Amino acid sequence: MNAQTTNARTETRHFRAEKFDFWSFFFSGLTGMATLFILGILATILLNIVINGWSAISWHFVSTIPKKDFFDANTTGVLPMIVGTAFRVIVMTIFVIPVGVITAIYLTEYAANTSLNTRIIRAAVNNLAGVPSIVFGLFGLGFFINFVGKNMDRGISNFGPSLDNILQKYLHIHLHLSASDSSPVWGQPALIWASLTLAVMTLPVVIVATEESLKAIPTGLREASLALGATKLETILKIVLPQALPGIMTGGILAVSRAAGEVAPILFTGVAYYMASLPGHLSDQFMDLGYHIFVLATQSPNIEQTRPILYATVLVLLMLTFALNIVAILIRARVRKKLRAMG
Amino acid sequence: MPDQNQNRRRSHGWMGIHRGHQARPLEWLAEKFIFLVSLSAILMVLLIFLFVAREALPVFLGQTNTALVQKPIPPDDLDKHSPAELQAYLELSPAQFAKMEKSTLRTLLEVKVEAQDEIPENFRKDPDAQANTTEWKYLLHPHQWSGYDHPESIWQPVGQIKKFNIVPLLVGTLKVTLIGLLFAVPLAVGAAIYVSQLARPRVREIAKPTIELLSGIPSVVVGVFALLVMASVLQGIFHYQTRLNAFVAGIALGFAVIPVIFSIAEDALTSVPRAYTQGALALGASRWQTAWQIVLPAALPGVFAATVLGFGRAIGETMIVLMVCSASVMSWSVFDSARSITTTIAAEMAEAVNGGPHYRILFMLGALLFAATFISNMIGDFVIHRFKNKLEGKR
Repeated sequence: MNAQTTNARTETRHFRAEKFDFWSFFFSGLTGMATLFILGILATILLNIVINGWSAISWHFVSTIPKKDFFDANTTGVLPMIVGTAFRVIVMTIFVIPVGVITAIYLTEYAANTSLNTRIIRAAVNNLAGVPSIVFGLFGLGFFINFVGKNMDRGISNFGPSLDNILQKYLHIHLHLSASDSSPVWGQPALIWASLTLAVMTLPVVIVATEESLKAIPTGLREASLALGATKLETILKIVLPQALPGIMTGGILAVSRAAGEVAPILFTGVAYYMASLPGHLSDQFMDLGYHIFVLATQSPNIEQTRPILYATVLVLLMLTFALNIVAILIRARVRKKLRAMG
Repeated sequence: MPDQNQNRRRSHGWMGIHRGHQARPLEWLAEKFIFLVSLSAILMVLLIFLFVAREALPVFLGQTNTALVQKPIPPDDLDKHSPAELQAYLELSPAQFAKMEKSTLRTLLEVKVEAQDEIPENFRKDPDAQANTTEWKYLLHPHQWSGYDHPESIWQPVGQIKKFNIVPLLVGTLKVTLIGLLFAVPLAVGAAIYVSQLARPRVREIAKPTIELLSGIPSVVVGVFALLVMASVLQGIFHYQTRLNAFVAGIALGFAVIPVIFSIAEDALTSVPRAYTQGALALGASRWQTAWQIVLPAALPGVFAATVLGFGRAIGETMIVLMVCSASVMSWSVFDSARSITTTIAAEMAEAVNGGPHYRILFMLGALLFAATFISNMIGDFVIHRFKNKLEGKR
């Protein structure tokens, strides 16, 4: 489809009006300038960050756990932020990929394209994609922490000890379920809640990308598989999904790169201003690259001194998200080329 | 013929679930499971609405009270008041209230009376101290606060008398959003026209993904750029007073919105049938005339939808505005600071007491924001849907 349009477009270029028209020239130039201006903004942002950040970045910076005063340019580091961001994003992926892929499978393989529930699901997905990130933060606080987490705590303090006894007696496992009597364990900001909030937020990204790749698989393949006697489920698991794998990966990567840079949804659901150690448990709080950038930019006692480490942290985050984005674009390009070769 | 009909009915099934798998229980189970999981997106939208609204509900029901000086209820009058009154007076949630015994309630009432006695005398006479500032008239209308010359709308959630007027926040949000859109829409639509209609295929193939890469820049990074670089540059050009203001925030917001508007508008412009373009070119129109007079009018619903969806994105953007400007001033001036709804929620939720009036009002603002984006998304999607159907129908 794409190749066709391109070819046809080069042909129509011969029909260009012969007479020189000033206003056409002027407005074409104006829209061209708009394009250039946007590209210029992008280049300025990137160059500004790379030039300022490159000199301050070092192995020491990337691999150090900072002391309490992380505004000091000489001793600071961003290791806990990198680990925290990676941790929350990985946990998120575990939740969002299966749900997103299964939803996409339902939409493309099972549901009739015009049926009512397909339309409702699609509307919900579109809406989910448009909900402001700060509202996801509020949702995480109101639902995951204040509802799910608090009820988990209550359940554990009510039934934990007896469950613990049973487990110890028959299975010889000790979970220390009764240790959480006094202070909340799950009913407070934690890594798991931040990850789940982000999973809800990135669900549309995964669904849309997977759907796109499922639609690109020729119907002939499915029909051939069905004709050979495979059931629908077998066809999906053994024929459709392996073909769609690159698309699913693209969706996952896009979701990860979107989530890695988001700060608003984790503000109330798990991020910490400072932690002396790396997060080790799902109920721990964590430090985060994006939030750290925000802190460095707005709460520094001396902005001139923190400027280099601020830029270096921004560069680290940007490299992370851009590297992921570019990988996604490359995979997508390869898949498209393959499809074109096939069809 | 009847056979075909039966087949068709079967393939649609009940709510899209195909029947006829009873012979293969595993298939049937898998199908049900897949269907149930696919409902999660709907469930999530409902849960978001439900739980944001749930936390905000006491504001809507008038169950929050911030009045410092209240008409005290003597502990002896415990039985004379209705449970609802007592619950509101003691600032308890229904669940908490239900668990209380008479004696506990009595102690609480005594504590409350003592607390009232401790309020200084001069403060007691202040009419504002008796006001419940979470009532709608205080939330929406300017009020004559003691110590001010004339009625004013003030958002000041800390201090002795908490002022929760949301009008400055609404104004701030609108101000920043409109500046962002005024900046982003012409640029993004212009670029979309150029890339989809006028550019050479090779330029198009490079420009499109590059502009879309702009959406890959996290908003904190745009915020840092606006804070450190753009604010100074713009101040150098326009020579205004405050360095960080709604104008800078709006332009930075525009950066975040441009890729959204561009990619939807470009999509709409490209989906205009090629017969339109070819017809116009064959009649001797220039490329620009074709783009402006034929393609753009045909794709106008799509461009409109792009703007509406861009509005939804801009109104919900948090980090950029939070980093660039934050003072809540009631002012329509572009070069004053502004505080948007998102910023307020992000900055103040950490200080707000869990379950207190401030917390409730922040959730109410969140619900408001959710409603605004929900509506703009619905409009945008509906318009795009109709636009696409129309184009396909014509073909």
